[in-house]
Amino acid sequence: MKRFEYLEARTLRQAISMLQRHGGNARIVAGSTDFLVRWRAGLWNPDHVINIQRVAGLGRITYSARNGLRIGALVTIRTLEQHPAVRRRYPALAAAAASFAGVQVRNLATVGGNICNASPSGDTIPALLVFGAECRIVGPDGERWVALDQFFTGPGQTVLHAGELLAEVRVPPPAANTGSHYIKHSPRGAMDIATVGVASLISLDGRTGPCSEARVALGAVAPTPVRAYAAEDILRVQALSGRLIQVAATAAQDGVSPIDDIRGSAAHRKEIVGVLTRRTLEQALDSAAKGPMVFEEQRRLTIQAAF
Amino acid sequence: MKKSLQITVNGELNQAFVEPYYSLLDTLRDEMQMTGTKKGCDEGDCGACTVLLNGKPVCSCLVLAHSAHDGEVITIEGLANGQELHPVQQAFVEYGGLQCGYCTPGLIMATVGFLEGDEEPTDENIKHALGGNLCRCTGYTKVIEAVKAAVATTGRKTE
Repeated sequence: MKRFEYLEARTLRQAISMLQRHGGNARIVAGSTDFLVRWRAGLWNPDHVINIQRVAGLGRITYSARNGLRIGALVTIRTLEQHPAVRRRYPALAAAAASFAGVQVRNLATVGGNICNASPSGDTIPALLVFGAECRIVGPDGERWVALDQFFTGPGQTVLHAGELLAEVRVPPPAANTGSHYIKHSPRGAMDIATVGVASLISLDGRTGPCSEARVALGAVAPTPVRAYAAEDILRVQALSGRLIQVAATAAQDGVSPIDDIRGSAAHRKEIVGVLTRRTLEQALDSAAKGPMVFEEQRRLTIQAAF
Repeated sequence: MKKSLQITVNGELNQAFVEPYYSLLDTLRDEMQMTGTKKGCDEGDCGACTVLLNGKPVCSCLVLAHSAHDGEVITIEGLANGQELHPVQQAFVEYGGLQCGYCTPGLIMATVGFLEGDEEPTDENIKHALGGNLCRCTGYTKVIEAVKAAVATTGRKTE
């Protein structure tokens, strides 16, 4: 444990200038749900900690049918979980938020923090990936946009340059007849990290029509959260059947090379990817045809604890 | 370097002079001598340190004390009205929702936070709301019974 200097930014400009001044070994915190734990464990040893929790303007979440969802980096996971438009239009995202830790952590943890920590198992990330989220990054030279699937470069590593921070995530409005689902498999039903997390999205051309879009994203099975492009390609433009979904699930399973760790062996993880890809796709297809599930029901199906 | 901060705890303005790495939990316990809030795991797994921060249940072990500057905190010490227990405390006593009692302040604060929110107090929502609190002796059946009894006495409807 190393002592650090603590700074608070009130505006984005201030946060950026603090990062420029101290960027070499500074860490941004907001909800700080990871920071103190990792600092106490000696894993993070910054010289400066820059708290952005009170930066104005980053705590808003809005939805419009035209522009979709705009989530400020400081929006808490709890707010995401409870937001009516998220529950209705982005069910996999609401369910992923509900599966995140416990309410005591969700009230603190932010969407920006979950993304910027760049954990392979970050719960909101697979759901944001299937909805095609984009990140607004601000820095000394202004702002730039990066698609979320281009944001991660490794475990804990992102495309953020020195002096930059994530300000906002935008998620396009889903097409009509879209269903989505997230399943998190973990040892404990709360306050735990995913052994495997899978989000799927299906859009249909009409209520019964062929699949116009399919997306699958996987957590905790690669150095970063990843899209399962091979599985998606099998489903896109096809008339969907249980059999085709199984073929796609097998493709997702065959496409990952997870690692062994305390939560599961590589072989176990691979199996689980196949099972969860199939289940999330089946559920997404069902919702695409019939409309979204009641939130509590979707939450029950999302949290799949081993014990 | 230590810096001063002020936090309203149970309605009373408290000042402290703490290092930047101090958690809200350590500030409450060690600087303000409010030891009702318990330290279990100190890493956000067990929920024993749950307090209400600006009305919402949080793990106080994860909160940087300085980040709670000017905030309002309610701890277990702030629930009873003199000798009269808060309805949630009373229900835990009547329904045997505790044995050793170490997890109890956290469970009670999580319950109070849940009942002050706007979720329907169904069995499933109660269990989800308390999923972040570990109890290693009573188990959870009597805790859930106590919460349901508290729902009845505080006038919240179950489905």
